[in-house]
Amino acid sequence: MKEKNKQNISRRSFLKLAGYTGAATGLAACSDKNDRSSTDNHATGEMTYRINSSTGDKVSILGFGCMRWPSINGRSAREGNEEIDQEMVNNLVDYAIEHGVNYFDTSPAYCRGASEHATGIALSRHPRDKYFIATKLSNFSPNTWSREASIAMYHNSLKELQTDYIDYMLLHGIGMGNGMDEFNARYIDNGILEYLLEERQAGRIRNLGFSYHGDIKVFDYLLSRHDDYKWDFVQIQLNYLDWKYAKQINPRNTDAEYLYNELAKRDIPVVIMEPLLGGRLSNVPDNIVARLKQREPEQSIASWAFRFAGSFPKVLTVLSGMTRMDHLLDNLRTYSPLKPLTEEEFAFLQQTATMMMQFNTIPCNDCKYCMPCPYGIDIPAILLHYNKCLNEGNIPTSSQDENYRKARREYLIGYDRSVPRLRQASHCIGCNQCSPHCPQRINIPDELHRIDKFVEQLKQEQKF
Amino acid sequence: MNMLRKIRLFTAILCFTLITLLFLDFTGTTHRWFGWLAKIQFLPALFALNGGIVISLIILTFLFGRFYCSIICPLGVFQDSISWISGKRKKNRFSFSPAINWLRYSVLIIFIVSVIAGIGSLTALLAPYSSYGRIVSNLFAPIYQWGNNFLAFLAERADNYAFYSVDVWIKSAITFAIAISTFIVIFILAWRNGRTYCNTICPVGTVLGFISKYSIFKPVIDIEKCNSCGLCAKNCKASCIDPKKHKIDYSRCVNCMNCIDKCHKGAISYSRIVQKDVSQFPHTNTSETPTNNARRNFLSATILATAATLKAQEKKVDGGLAVIEDKQIPHRAFPIIPPGALSAQNFTQHCTACQLCVSVCPNNVLRPSTDLMKLMQPEMSYERGYCRPECTKCSDVCPAGAIQPITVAEKSATQIGHAVWIKDNCVVLTDNVDCNNCERHCPTGAIQMVPQDPDIIDSPKIPIINTERCIGCGACENLCPARPFSAIYIEGNEMHRTI
Repeated sequence: MKEKNKQNISRRSFLKLAGYTGAATGLAACSDKNDRSSTDNHATGEMTYRINSSTGDKVSILGFGCMRWPSINGRSAREGNEEIDQEMVNNLVDYAIEHGVNYFDTSPAYCRGASEHATGIALSRHPRDKYFIATKLSNFSPNTWSREASIAMYHNSLKELQTDYIDYMLLHGIGMGNGMDEFNARYIDNGILEYLLEERQAGRIRNLGFSYHGDIKVFDYLLSRHDDYKWDFVQIQLNYLDWKYAKQINPRNTDAEYLYNELAKRDIPVVIMEPLLGGRLSNVPDNIVARLKQREPEQSIASWAFRFAGSFPKVLTVLSGMTRMDHLLDNLRTYSPLKPLTEEEFAFLQQTATMMMQFNTIPCNDCKYCMPCPYGIDIPAILLHYNKCLNEGNIPTSSQDENYRKARREYLIGYDRSVPRLRQASHCIGCNQCSPHCPQRINIPDELHRIDKFVEQLKQEQKF
Repeated sequence: MNMLRKIRLFTAILCFTLITLLFLDFTGTTHRWFGWLAKIQFLPALFALNGGIVISLIILTFLFGRFYCSIICPLGVFQDSISWISGKRKKNRFSFSPAINWLRYSVLIIFIVSVIAGIGSLTALLAPYSSYGRIVSNLFAPIYQWGNNFLAFLAERADNYAFYSVDVWIKSAITFAIAISTFIVIFILAWRNGRTYCNTICPVGTVLGFISKYSIFKPVIDIEKCNSCGLCAKNCKASCIDPKKHKIDYSRCVNCMNCIDKCHKGAISYSRIVQKDVSQFPHTNTSETPTNNARRNFLSATILATAATLKAQEKKVDGGLAVIEDKQIPHRAFPIIPPGALSAQNFTQHCTACQLCVSVCPNNVLRPSTDLMKLMQPEMSYERGYCRPECTKCSDVCPAGAIQPITVAEKSATQIGHAVWIKDNCVVLTDNVDCNNCERHCPTGAIQMVPQDPDIIDSPKIPIINTERCIGCGACENLCPARPFSAIYIEGNEMHRTI
């Protein structure tokens, strides 16, 4: 039965592939004319590839992030309680592979634990040598810190992904929680790092690396041990806002400029995560939209962020968590082929970042690592609503502001719409169980209490 | 159409619509302009000891008859509308019936006794404005709110902020059941016999009827012009015109002017000519059919009033998030009543249980009491929200003086109850987490967090309450993470006091 399904789907995808190829040929044929009836939404050129200096892998510059698979109602599967829409996942994967994407990045933690399974189903329908699988040892929870539990997690990844080797294996989110101690507990004291090194030796792990968030001491320590561990790659958060402003956004974080240069210096391939800051660099304030669109009216806002991340030569691949086909189409357009930023464009984006810094948004990427809050608070929804209002100019700095009444109404009504009353910031008790999970190292209770205070000011119409 | 009838219709529809809106409009806009319409209602004004309005209404009735009943009273106009629809199906359907005075006066006496004895539930059951308020707030408001929520749903999709959605919930099953029963009784009576309720049950109708008997202006039949066709009686919804004797029972006439409009001969006019024998209206023939019908209707409908109670709606929870258990109402030794109510005694004495405050409470705090003695009179509970510091809506709208007007500043210094800590529920001890949500939200700083063990500085911090500073707003109880019972709850004060 399973076999049969597989065949059906591959026949369908074959037909689709034929269709798309036909369309592409047609477009190529008439690309010289300037009487197009509509804007060409499809990528026309070849995907840009980068060579992994450790293993010689030819990796597509666009990597598929499997953290935001669609659910059956079209939202990202992490949001509600809905099942992942496997059919849609298959379509996305098929289309991506057909268009040259060959790097798929997942984790046992993603999509409430269901991402690896869905990714495994979609990928197993293609020849194993057509793609690279990246997954992680996501032993965040203290009850997975034991050697047995961590190894079980690794074996389960192999099973879910329907494979007997992992192309890219990561220590997940080193530097999170309380830094060095937690790193030691997760990977050193239980001998897991040694175990993974052995697995690499045995060929079941082709590349070993780590993804980094948080305490810079752990990052520096792991790089200082590069001669022993021989990291094949490292995954960092990089985008035009974090390049020089990560530390300014949150003093506990480190600018991407430092991270990238440290890796480039050692010739370690770099995998980029959060090129869009969880979508915040595609949903930007109006003045930024105008600024970017003026330069490239036919390119999306997101394309700037992807070009930025892809322009660094040591970058192996740029991950994008694509929920919908239009995300994929847009990214394929940006990267087929990648047009690297000119020096002038680079400076232009840095100025843009400086402008964006004037909006004091909370650096939440809606990754939902903090969830579920044991007391039922919808943390990301609260923070995102605040950011949205900030971007739309609806956070009054004073009750004397000209648009105070309008901003107040929109904030309060929008708040109730985005977050059910019982899940709002007023119910945060400050137990701080969430903060250690935040890759952006946001002091979540502080931010929630600040927002709660602001909401109280609005509700009580206090003068400020 | 007769000009007087036109004026009556226009003003009645206007008043009725606006008063209904007072109960439906949760934004407070209608109240800002037309809140006074609730305050000129007879019983609320009487309970509020608002002499000016009571005397004005008495003078109005003495001069012009029971215009109060046909224009100002929403229950009266409500019955007229039902009767009007019924009249579309059957013309000339009324007939004269004599007054059932024993019933009228008995009900009035029961009413007066219940007021004096402080049986708020009985008072509320009989008061006409309260009956109407009960019907609107329990039966019509949910429909209005669902409509609003639908618009809010559309607005949200259009990124528009004109509408916001509100919680629709049954605030008290008993009150809801009584509202349904009241509606059925009123509906049947009005459908069949027009103003039976006003002239048989309503204590206000009886009192005003007693005055209007002697009113100066009233509809008068000119015997010279009258051809005794009886058309006026067939269209008299108060069944108070005796065409054979050419007499009108002015104690029951509500000045609807329909008879003047109907009379082909122009024999009826609204004037100050006093007919003789008006006060000696015959009390015989009490066994006539319409009377019995009316009474039977009333009794049968009352039996219907014991209908089963309805279950409250349950709130849905989102799946991907931790499930939040609903809070339950703690047992309170004394009920909590809103700031401005002064004391339990003052409150129960004045409240007519019209549900206006319950309808306008934006925080889902007020709901009708289920205590038999003060059934349907509002009381507070904090499992859905708390008495927010910026809100004085209930005191703004109360027409009966049960909740006296209060300013935000006065409210913040009025102790309506006090917080009590339940050690066994506190998450600091049960879940072993830090929590100071009660302290953080206390508007008066009555709560502070102290180490449980005075000798160990970093032992878990528990809340302690300075009762002297607590005003009983319920922020702590509502926002306490312990569920279903909060670890801190408000005990009502019998007498409010200023801190």
